Amino acid sequence: MVQYGQAGFDASFGALSDTTRRGVLEQLGRADASITALAEKFHMTLTGMKKHVGVLEQAGLVTTEKVGRVRTCKLGLRGLQEEAEWIEKYRQLWGARFDELDKVVQELKRKEKVDGRKKRK
Amino acid sequence: MDERRESEATPTKNSTGVERKSERELVVTRTVNAPARLVFEAWTKAELFRRWWVPKSYGLTLLSCEMDVRVGGQYRLVFRHEDSTVEFFGTYLEATPHSHLVWTNEEGDNGKTVTTVTFDENAGKTLLVVHDLYPSKEALDSGSTGAMPEALDQLDELLASLGSSSVTK
Repeated sequence: MVQYGQAGFDASFGALSDTTRRGVLEQLGRADASITALAEKFHMTLTGMKKHVGVLEQAGLVTTEKVGRVRTCKLGLRGLQEEAEWIEKYRQLWGARFDELDKVVQELKRKEKVDGRKKRK
Repeated sequence: MDERRESEATPTKNSTGVERKSERELVVTRTVNAPARLVFEAWTKAELFRRWWVPKSYGLTLLSCEMDVRVGGQYRLVFRHEDSTVEFFGTYLEATPHSHLVWTNEEGDNGKTVTTVTFDENAGKTLLVVHDLYPSKEALDSGSTGAMPEALDQLDELLASLGSSSVTK
């Protein structure tokens, strides 16, 4: 499993707790964008968007680069992948667990059918 | 019995959803193709529960499983891990047949994790929602209530995630 600093983990989940920031990530998943373009897209002031991007940048989910007067944002390299792995660990455990549960429940279902037939006789 | 189960066609697997609702909450969902009363039975009878709670593929030995499913009743699961044993235990806070189970997970020193399971039947199928509320975000992040006995420091990640996320129960 990836070594994941506690601070990074908290920052990532904090960053993801906001609708606008999730929207920004989704947008950047499609294409890089300038802060100005993002501000327009999300009907927000430039200052407001700068704050959101700052939080995402802090969490390693987004990187920015200033070329001339334009600051361009793109998805960070780490970020989401580690959250995805963390979730995946739980999904695998529960998936395997529920597959076994299915077997037990299907057995109960069959048993009930058989018993039902016996009772009707 | 085992043979028969395996030879029968497995019904299509339903997908398992996992979502981190907040810093302290994890929610797992799955639909089971059976009425709620049967699914509930599999969650509340120890001899059935122990057959699925620890997936075979995880290779852990469940030494004992006791469950007294009623408000205030206790459960205790004992696993063998290498040369020692590890226990998970807690109390049922709610037990409403075919619809609701709530229990605590108390082996930790840093507070209790509370698990709520709802059984929602619709057209012969049951939607299961398992909601874990951890005592702190750290407990959820680390996949552990932080409560492992010291002797088990070396416990592997797998058992840790089994344990706190849920095996516990």
